[in-house]
This record gives sequence, structure tokens and C-alpha cells, in this order.
Amino acid sequence: MATFIPAVEIRAPQGGHGGSDSHPPLRGGGDGERGRNGGPDFGQRLRRARLGLAVATAPIVMLFVSFASAYIFRQGLPTLDDKSQAYVREWMPVNLPVTLLLVNTILLAVSSLTAELARRQITRQVALLPVRSIPGVSLGRETKFPWLGSTVVLGIGFLIGQAFAWRELAARGFYLATSASSSFVYLLMATHAVHLAGGVAVLLYAAAASLLGKSLESRRIVVDVTAWYWHFMLVLWAGIFALLEFAS
Amino acid sequence: MAAQDVHAHTAHAHAAPQGFVRKYVFSLDHKVIGLQYFFLALTAVFVGMILSLLMRIHLVWPGAAIPLIGEIKPETYLSLLTMHGTIMVFFVLTTAPQGGFGNYFLPIQIGAPDMAFPVLNMLSFWTTFVAFVVLICAFFVTGGAPLHGWTGYAPLSALTNTGPGEQLGADLWITSIAIFCVASLMGALNFITTTLDLRAKGMTMMRMPLTVWSWFITAILGLLAFGVLLSAGILLLLDRNLGTSFYIPLVVVNGQVMGHKGGSPLLWQHLFWFFGHPEVYIAILPGMGVASQLLSTFSRKPIFGYRAMVYAIMAIGFLGFMVWGHHMFMSGMSPYSAFAFSLMTMAIGVPSAIKTFNWLGTIHRGRVRFQTPMLFAIGFVSLFVSGGLSGPFLAQPTLDIPLHDTAFVVGHFHLIMGVAAIFGMFAATYYWFPKMFGRMMNERWGRIHFFITLVGAYSIFMPMHYLGMAGQPRRYSQFTELAYLHRLIPLNTFMTYAAIVTIAAQFIFVINLFWSMKKGPKASDNPWEATTLEWTTSTPPPHDNFGGMTPVVHHGPYEYSVPGAARDFIMQNDPATVTTSH
Repeated sequence: MATFIPAVEIRAPQGGHGGSDSHPPLRGGGDGERGRNGGPDFGQRLRRARLGLAVATAPIVMLFVSFASAYIFRQGLPTLDDKSQAYVREWMPVNLPVTLLLVNTILLAVSSLTAELARRQITRQVALLPVRSIPGVSLGRETKFPWLGSTVVLGIGFLIGQAFAWRELAARGFYLATSASSSFVYLLMATHAVHLAGGVAVLLYAAAASLLGKSLESRRIVVDVTAWYWHFMLVLWAGIFALLEFAS
Repeated sequence: MAAQDVHAHTAHAHAAPQGFVRKYVFSLDHKVIGLQYFFLALTAVFVGMILSLLMRIHLVWPGAAIPLIGEIKPETYLSLLTMHGTIMVFFVLTTAPQGGFGNYFLPIQIGAPDMAFPVLNMLSFWTTFVAFVVLICAFFVTGGAPLHGWTGYAPLSALTNTGPGEQLGADLWITSIAIFCVASLMGALNFITTTLDLRAKGMTMMRMPLTVWSWFITAILGLLAFGVLLSAGILLLLDRNLGTSFYIPLVVVNGQVMGHKGGSPLLWQHLFWFFGHPEVYIAILPGMGVASQLLSTFSRKPIFGYRAMVYAIMAIGFLGFMVWGHHMFMSGMSPYSAFAFSLMTMAIGVPSAIKTFNWLGTIHRGRVRFQTPMLFAIGFVSLFVSGGLSGPFLAQPTLDIPLHDTAFVVGHFHLIMGVAAIFGMFAATYYWFPKMFGRMMNERWGRIHFFITLVGAYSIFMPMHYLGMAGQPRRYSQFTELAYLHRLIPLNTFMTYAAIVTIAAQFIFVINLFWSMKKGPKASDNPWEATTLEWTTSTPPPHDNFGGMTPVVHHGPYEYSVPGAARDFIMQNDPATVTTSH
């Protein structure tokens, strides 16, 4: 064990090494889960969860960038025609059900708005918690519009809408393996839908969390992070839609 | 004990578990999860090693009847090759350095009570475990394990009738890789968030040990690379099972025209190698961190050029994403693209050389303690240099084209990516064993293990460079009947004997490991007189790492031989005043 006596003044060595300043900075990073009174620090947990979400968006973006790169790569690739034995361009643009997809996009955009309102609603509720706990203090009855439930309903509506879009594609003769272009359409839409379904599942959990005895602060973290994720899903869908419609 | 600066705290991310299942199986404790990863990787490395032994035996004695297995057929050889590579790359080189040691020591080294997301951490391990089980299942299904190599090149891997292992075995292989990607992404998310958000007071980024830096950058590489591999795997599964043609062109197999058209095998190569090259650094960067840590500790000197080391890790990570095309010089790419990839690849030599010279500068005129962890750290540097020097050869298209499909490449990547990384793991095991298990490993057997393994590894892989230049192809199950290679048979036989001895020596390590857990001499809290935070806490560390305290950091991680100090090291949380004179 080290037995260095702190009172001795010493010189730092000349060799390079990390940080020779003896004064600790005010903070290097987090401080565990501790609040000032030793209880859980929800503010810190919220910050950490948001950071985790920000980090988690990177591989999702990479996944879709890979698919998009493959889409553009494949689009420019000539194909060997088995009859003529010549390389030909055979990219077949998919006749997308644009109107239906626009309706779905509006549904998702509105759900993003309701998710944001749900996030703000629960943030306000958490902020008012200390005031409510003061004996004799009443804030009156606040109207609690079910923004969270609305987001879930709209999200499921979007997913159902996408399923209708696939049915429409099939009706127009475009199946998964019909052509490279249709393969990418199904692939991108399905991968986005899976990610959004994950968001719906988390929101359902947040809605049920009060029944599971979770505190309002904990639910707030779930709702907050999922709302940001929802906005991210909207932006992602806008990018996918634009790619499929304008780069076809 | 030194006067150490700690702050009391009362809460932990999760309470200490009580029952066996929550304590040792579905544990949320990063230390238990780290050990789970470690033992999973240990199991995997023995499976992978046995497969390699079978391959080496088959290469020199192709007709030999092996007990329980019989004679190895050519397709079985290819299955062994595929599974050896996959197990070693994913479940050993990726799993142990990052999932094992990183999980155990990153939180402690930054003064945190646990990972940022303990539940996610647990899920990450068990998902990795499932991936391993799925992969091993490929051995036992109809047709056996796949033949397409760990790189899974399409269209061989994208069709189901190209060989006996390309049916269900190949589906299991892809599924395993996809599950592994998800597990690695969860792990990377945790590592990054923990490093950014859970550092103790005073632990600035530039006070982090180089091990933490290497785990952090490795996590970033994993975060960006595994998503791409996942996307490639999804496309492959679709091609195989749902009739799409992402990778499959118009192709005839056994006289039968397949129902695919227009796909590009090169697309797979681009996606795979965009992951594959950073994967090399995912495997080796943690080893670099461990080597830096140990060379400084056992030389009793500060690491030479701490900041340069940090920037070199970043540069290697960044450049690692720019060079995937050097694996594809044979694909007929444009010479201009090849030139760009070649240039970028050789540029990686610059930060690599900075690291190497800084390691040498660290031990130069140090009071070196040649204990087993240090021997393996020096071995790491030796293997990194030996394996790395052939990198610039292969980075040049004109040299790569004749060498690409030969044993030269096998020798190159085994030295730098395989054995060097494994030496990093051995160094880490011998170094941190006292902290993990509270006892010391046997030093004498450790040295014997080191010398046999070092000589053995060089004996196996250095001759491969010569074999490659002499024209011995890789991936061929049999070469003994080729007249032009007859003169290479004695050297191949020597390599097989070397492999047998080296593999036998690994049992010394395993016996030492398990024997020392029970019978080794008790370890003190800081047996190596090191400075980083894991050595400030008790051995083994308590559930919350610091026994209800949070360390406050005052120094960099490598304060050795500080003039005027009572001892030749100052712990990171020692509140002693250090006056800078430069």
C-alpha cells in the first residue's frame, strides 16, 4: 500500500503522464446514483438515460445508412441478362402508394407532437411534486389530457397504416423478392417499423408503470427518453420516405 | 495505506444480491458479469484452439484417423476453418478484452460503483451467451457447420445448396452473428455512457488510465461497426430464406440456374469489411491499453507521452474506418480506389509507431520488474511489431495480389490480431487476477507458460510468411499432393508439432488459474504497487466497489518514481500536493 506523506511537497517527473494537477476539478463525471440527501438522484438518472439514448441512436443510424448505401450502390449496378448475356440496367422503380404513406407520415408527425406534450406534461407533474407534498397547499385540478395514450394509439395507427401500404404494394405487384427496388422498400419500411414498435412497447410500459408501483420520477425518465426517441423515429422515417420517393 | 481522498455515499445503483441466481447467474454486478464474459471466452478459446489443432493435424497428415472424429474430409476442414475463425474473432478476441476485463475494471478504474445501465449489462452478457450456443449448435444440425469462412463471402454464403454446411448450419451461423451484434451494441452503449457520465470527481478524461481510453475507443468502434455487420447479416438472411437478391447475381450451381438475379457479392464484402477492419482494432486496442498500463507499472516510470498515446488510440480508431477496401484488392476495384485505401492503410503505421516507440520509451532506463504480467506485456509489444511489420506489405495492391490467398496473410493476421491480442489477455489475467480472486497466481508456472507460448507462437506463425511467399495457398484442405509444395511439408510438420506443444502449454495456464483461485498465496490490496483506483479498494472489491465510499482523484494514472515522494508511486486518489515544474 502506498504510504506517501501528503505534507511533503514534491516535483512532478518530466515524463509525460496524464494530469499532474493536484487539485481535483469540481467534477470529473457522474457521482453514482446519489442525491444530496443520499436518495436516488432522478435528475442524474435522466441525464444518463438521455446520454444513453443519444449513444444508442448511432448504431441505428449506421444500420439505416448501411441499407441506404446498399440501395444506392445496387441502383447503379448493371445486371447480367440471362437471355442476351449482356449487362443491362434493370432497376425497376416501385410504384409507391404515396397518398397512404403521406397519411402515415402525418400520423407519425402528430404522434411525435403528442409524445412531446406527454413529455412536458409529466415533467410539469414532477416539478410540482414538492409543492403538492406541502400540507394544505392545493394547485387545483389540472386537466390531464392522455397525451401518452394518444401517442400509443397514433403509433399503432402508423404501424397499421404501414401494413396497409404493404398490402397496396402487393396489390400493385411488388413483393419482397419481385425486384431489388421492392426488396429495399420492404426492408427499410419493416426495419423502421420494428424500431417504432419498440418505442410503442416502451410507452406501453410507461403507461403501465404506475400500476407496477414505479414512482412518477421514474416514469418521467421513461417518457422523456421515449419522446426523444419518437422524434428521432419521425426524422428517420422522413429520410426513408424521401429516399424511396425521390431516389427511386 | 496512503492518505486517500474518498467521499462517503450511502446508495448504490442496485442493492447487493442475495440468492445464488441473482448473485452469480443473472447478476447486475459488473464484476460478476465481467467474470462471466471471461469464462465464456475461456471456454470459447479452448473450443477454437482444438479446432485449429485438428486443422493443423489434417494439413500435414490428411489421411490420419482422429479418435472420435475419424478422417477429416475436405468439407469438414472448411467447417473447422469457419468455426475456428468465428469463435476466435467474436467470442474470444471481442468478448474477453472488452466484455471481460473492460466490464470488470472500467467502472472501478474511473471510480464508479457500477456500469451506467446494469440491467442492459446483464442482458448484453446473456445475449452473447445465446449467440455462442446458437453458433455451437451449427456443428450438430444436418449438414454440419458452414463452409464459407468467418468472412462469409457471398454468393457461397447466400445460397443454401452450395455445400453440406450451407443449409441450416449457415443460417445458425448468421443468426449467431446477428445476435452477437445486438449484444455488442448493448455493451458498447454501456461502456460509452459509463465513461462519459460516471467518472469520479477529479477523474478528468486526461487522467483516465490508458486501459479506460482503449476500452472507450473500442466501444465507439463497436458502436459504429456492429450496426453495419447486423445490416449485412439481415440482407444475407433475406437472400437465403426469402428469395431476395441483394448479394446473389445470376448464378448456376451444380448445373442449376438459381432464381436470383442482379445481386452483388461485392456489396457483402463492402459491408462486411466496413465492420471487419475496425474489428481488428476492437480486438487489439484493449491489449494496447493493458500493455501501456503494465509497461509503466512494471518499469516504475510514467508512461512515455500519455497524451500522444491517447491521440494515437483515437487516430488508429478513426483510420480503422477508412481502410476496409484493403481487404478487397483482389475484387477488381479501381486502381484509384486501391491507391486511396493503400495510402490510408499505411497511414495507420504512424500512430502504431508512436505507440510502439512510446512503449519502448517507457521501459527505457526503467527499473523493470520482470514478473509474469510484464513478460506478457513485453511479448505483446514484440508480437504487435512482428505482426504489424507485414501489414505495410499487404497494404500495397501489387504485393497483396500475389500474397492475398496464401499463408502469408494467415501468418500476418494471426500474429497481430490473434496472438498479440491473446498476449494482452494473458497479461491482463496475470495482472488483475489478485484483484479478481484475492490470491496470486503461481509466478514460476506463469513464466514457463510465457516462454513456451512465446516461442510456440512464433514457431507456428512466422514460418507462414515464408510458406506464403513460397506459394502455399490458404483455405486449401490438402496440399501434400501438390508437387511444387512437397519441399514445404517438413516446415508444415514442424509448425504442427509447435502447435501441439503450444496448445499443451495452455493447460499450464488453466491449471495455474484454477489452482491459484483456491490455493494461491493471499494477495494484498495492491501487490504490484500500482496507482490506479482498482488498487485502492479491497481485494476482491466489495459489491459497490469502494465500500460505501467514492474516490476523489488528484493525479494522473502513472505517477511512478516521483522525485521527493516517500515511495516510487502515488495513488490516483492520494491528496498529496504535486508541484509541476514543467
